[in-house]
Formats: sequence, C-alpha cells, structure tokens
Amino acid sequence: MELKPGSRWRSAVCTAEAVVVRPAKGAAVLECGGHPMTALTAPKPEGLTLSPDHSGGVAVGKRYFDEETGLEVLASKPGTGSLAVNGRALQLREAKALPSSD
Amino acid sequence: MHTSVLLEMAAGSFPDRVAVGSHDGGLCFDALGVHAKAAGAWLKAKGGETVVFIGMNGSALPLALFGSAMAGMPFAPLNYRLSNTDLRKLLARTAPSVAVVDDDMISRVSGVDGVHIVPRSAFENACSDPANHIDEHETPEGDIAVLLFTSGTTGEPKAAVLRHHHLTAYVISSVEFMGSDEEEAALISVPPYHIAGISAILTGIYGGRRLVYLPAFTPEAWVDAAAAERITHAMVVPTMLGRVLDIMEHRGEKLPHLRALSYGGGPMPLPVIERALKMLPQVDFVNAYGLTETSSTIAVLGPDDHRLAIASEDPAIRRRLGSVGQPLPSLEVEIRGPEGELLPAGEMGEVYVRGEQVAGEYLHRKVIQDDGWFPTNDSGWLDEDGYLYVGGRLDDVIVRGGENVSPGEIEDVLREHPGVADVAVLGLPDVQWGEKVAAVIVPVGAPPSIEELAACVKAKLRSTKTPETWEFRDALPYNETGKLLRRVLKAELSKPL
Repeated sequence: MELKPGSRWRSAVCTAEAVVVRPAKGAAVLECGGHPMTALTAPKPEGLTLSPDHSGGVAVGKRYFDEETGLEVLASKPGTGSLAVNGRALQLREAKALPSSD
Repeated sequence: MHTSVLLEMAAGSFPDRVAVGSHDGGLCFDALGVHAKAAGAWLKAKGGETVVFIGMNGSALPLALFGSAMAGMPFAPLNYRLSNTDLRKLLARTAPSVAVVDDDMISRVSGVDGVHIVPRSAFENACSDPANHIDEHETPEGDIAVLLFTSGTTGEPKAAVLRHHHLTAYVISSVEFMGSDEEEAALISVPPYHIAGISAILTGIYGGRRLVYLPAFTPEAWVDAAAAERITHAMVVPTMLGRVLDIMEHRGEKLPHLRALSYGGGPMPLPVIERALKMLPQVDFVNAYGLTETSSTIAVLGPDDHRLAIASEDPAIRRRLGSVGQPLPSLEVEIRGPEGELLPAGEMGEVYVRGEQVAGEYLHRKVIQDDGWFPTNDSGWLDEDGYLYVGGRLDDVIVRGGENVSPGEIEDVLREHPGVADVAVLGLPDVQWGEKVAAVIVPVGAPPSIEELAACVKAKLRSTKTPETWEFRDALPYNETGKLLRRVLKAELSKPL
C-alpha cells in the first residue's frame, strides 16, 4: 500500500478513517483493528472481525505516529479499532495547545 | 492533506454547532458541508480553472473557499479596493476562471477575457440548491488551494501559491480539533484577500469556533458586533486596536465575553498594547507574526508572555512586548547574514524559516530553497531566550496597515508627471499604520504642487497608496550599480516615534 501524504484510508472492521500526514520510511502496512486499512475509494472487505488486541479505539482529530517508520496519521473518523503499522501499535501524539492566533 | 478534509471532519463531528453567522439562524457545520459540496459542483460546471472571489466578507466566503476545494480548483480572492484598472489586470491574469463577484461590483469587472462572472447572489442560491451535488467518493484533484496576490518592490503583484498540504499542516499542528467550546465565536474583520482571512476560516472550522463577519470595519461597528454576538475571540490589525479601545472607554463597554485578542500584520505600538493590557486584564493577548508565503503565523507571543512582560521590572523581559514571540514548535527559524551565514543571538539579519507550512512559492517562481529554508525578506534578530524581534522589510516593500505596498509602482506613476525628474518612494515609521508612504521628488525646474502630485497617484492607484509625506531634493542616492538606495533616505527621514 502506498502511504502517500494526504492519502485516505479506512478500517475494514470498524468506522475509523485516517489521513496520512507523514509518510513511512520503507515498506509499511497501516492497520486498524488488526487488519490492513483500505483506500477510501476501494470497496470494503467482507467478513473480517475486529481483533481484541487492537480494539483500543481511534479518536477523531487525534494524531497517531510510529517512531520506527516515521509514519504519522490524523484520524478523520472515530472507530472502535486501534491503529498499528506492521503489527506495531501507533502512539498518540500529545499536542501542546497553542494560543489561537487567527 | 486536502483542506476539504478539515470541513468534512468538523461536519461529521459537530454537525449542529453553528459554523458561520449568528448564534440563532447561522449556518451550522452540517449545512456548511452540504452547501460547500453544492458550491463545488456548481462552480466546476461553470468552466475555468480557478475560482476568483471579489467581494466583502460574509458567509459566501467560506462557502467559496471550500467549494473551490471540493471542485479541485485554486481559490483566488482579489482586493476589491484596488482601482478598476488594477483589479481588472489581476482578474485577467486568473483566466480562464469563474469569478464570484458582489452584485454591486460586477460593473467594475465585466468583460474581462476568459473570466466568467457569477453574481454573489446567484452563487449563494446555488449553494442551497439540492440539484447541485458532487459525487461523494470523488477525491478532488488539484494541489493548489489558494492564490494570493502580494506586492513586491517593483512590478506587478506576485501570485503567492499555497498548496493544500501547506495550509493543513499549519492548521493541524497549531489547532486542537474541536478544541473550541460551544460558546466561542470569532469576529473576523480582516479582508478576504489577506492570508489571515483564509487561515481564520480554516482554523475556526477545525477548532469548532463560530465565525462572525464584520464586512466593513469601523471601531463602533466592531464594538457593537462584539457585544451583540458575544464574541470571545478576535483578530485585529494593530491600527484597529487603539480605536476600539477608545470606543470601549467612551461607552463604558467592558465586553465581558471577550477572552482573546490576537493581532498581527505589522508592528504594534508599545503604548497601545500596554493600554490594552491594563484596560482588559482578563483578555488573553496574542501577537502573531507570519507571511502570506508561510500560510500565516510562524511565531507567537502568547498571553502568558504578555502578562509576564508587562509585570516585569527586568528590561530583557519587558522588551518582549516588542517581539513577535517564539517560533511555532513545528518550525525552525534562523537569522542569516547577507552571504547566507548563520548569525548568533543578538545580531540583526534576515529571518529565514523552514517547516511544513512554508510554501515560499509564486506562480512561475519558487523562492523556497531546495533544503526547505525560506528567506522572508524581513529583517530581525533572536534574543538569548529565543524571542524573535522583527524589523522592516529588506526589500523596500512598504507594509502599511498589514498590507504590502510596492514603492516601484508608485514611483512609476509619479515619474509620468512632466515636473518629476526622479522619484523615490519609501516607508516611514508611523504610529497608526506601522509605516506610511513617503515620496522624495527631484523636480524638473520648479517643484510641482503636492496636491497635483497626490492627485496624479490617486487617479491611477488606490488612495491608500498616495504618499502622505513629500520631500523635494536635488538628487537621489544611488549605489555604484545604479540601484536606488531607498534605505538611505529612510534613515535620513525617519523620526523616532
């Protein structure tokens, strides 16, 4: 799967959707709920179930990243599955609130 | 990431919250999403490769911005306060385009080749017409989100290019999604053709804060709107703040709902911000420094910085009120000398910036370097604690009331007068505007009258470009290569404020 910045992905087993904000270095498979995510425009695979090991949930508006590959995604829709890359759980990016300037 | 995703996320997460307009009867996020898609379909069907917007602030603006994004077309708001000649020239450069134009401005811009004019009223009707819709699964093509014309030292204004990924990088790194509570409302009086007008929409939408427009700024109308709409956040150009404080004082209006005031676009006179801090101690003040080319804000002096500085006896802390604060965590800022060499803290040089939101690009010309560093053309220095102090432009561009004014453009007009042998136009410090336009004339024989020269400029360009100060000299300073040294004149004529 080509995880280009701006590309959009959705979970095969829950309602979560994510946008890539930083690409991965090297080969990477973005997963949710234990299964590879699919391109937003691609048909949703049938018959897959949410893996209990990856059911921590995805919160909309949060950023998740992987230290090793550098991949970072923004959750554009919430879901019950949790995000991983190559089987490794993504970490939540803690954002420091900035004073609003606009 | 595409800017349409920002609206999609907001509409999906807080559909019933009001996005634009009054608390009662304003457009909610869900409707904004639906209308923007309708706008996109309608605009795309008009033909053209760019969506132009010539009009005052109002709800049609975010609809046109997001509609363009949905249609995969760049959005180019133009300055309606330009002379008809200049406005038409810019409009012609956008062709082939579809231009959403305020109904009462249409006569000024009709008949430009390759531009399809649509009245704003027709556009607004199309937005709420269910017959217009875009295929849900169509990912918009097109990488350029916004084109903003900005003046340089000479020549025609340049079209600054802002791509979707620049704008979204700025938004998602500086705003918490849905970080605004339901009571928050932002009063927008910066014009549509200014970068701050664009970023206000994107950050407001993403944070979930209601946008209220004030189409024509007067300090009275501003205070009226702030009270009536229970405004919590507002962005002002420094020249507005003093005038607003005057009205508040005169009326005894406290604006109890006001939580935060941000300002930028030019230097804030110290007496004005000190007065504001004393009059409104409960309000968070934020100074934001940024450029069109950097998707707006790159450095911020936050509310804590303001409070600490005003209360401090330490001059190094106190002087921070004159700084633009610290660079955003997602960016790097350096001060470099004329050879591009890195300068240490305390030394004045050119401000360079690097980061995902930095575009540094114009149509047909990239200024951003291959390693991502962008020379801003602003002079500045960093103190030991990393606070950035910004001086004037290095390229003689005048910044008046937050807007770039090209000295070359005014010189060209004055040079046409038979009584003018040579002319230099430059910016001089001004408490109200940051800089005011000054002209130094070398006359042919007896000097022409100032009224005549001023009328000459006013006839061709807008009145805000008319010099306010006039000097007559026998000769102007040039260097060995024949370059006009406006800076020398500036140093001679600048009076300390």
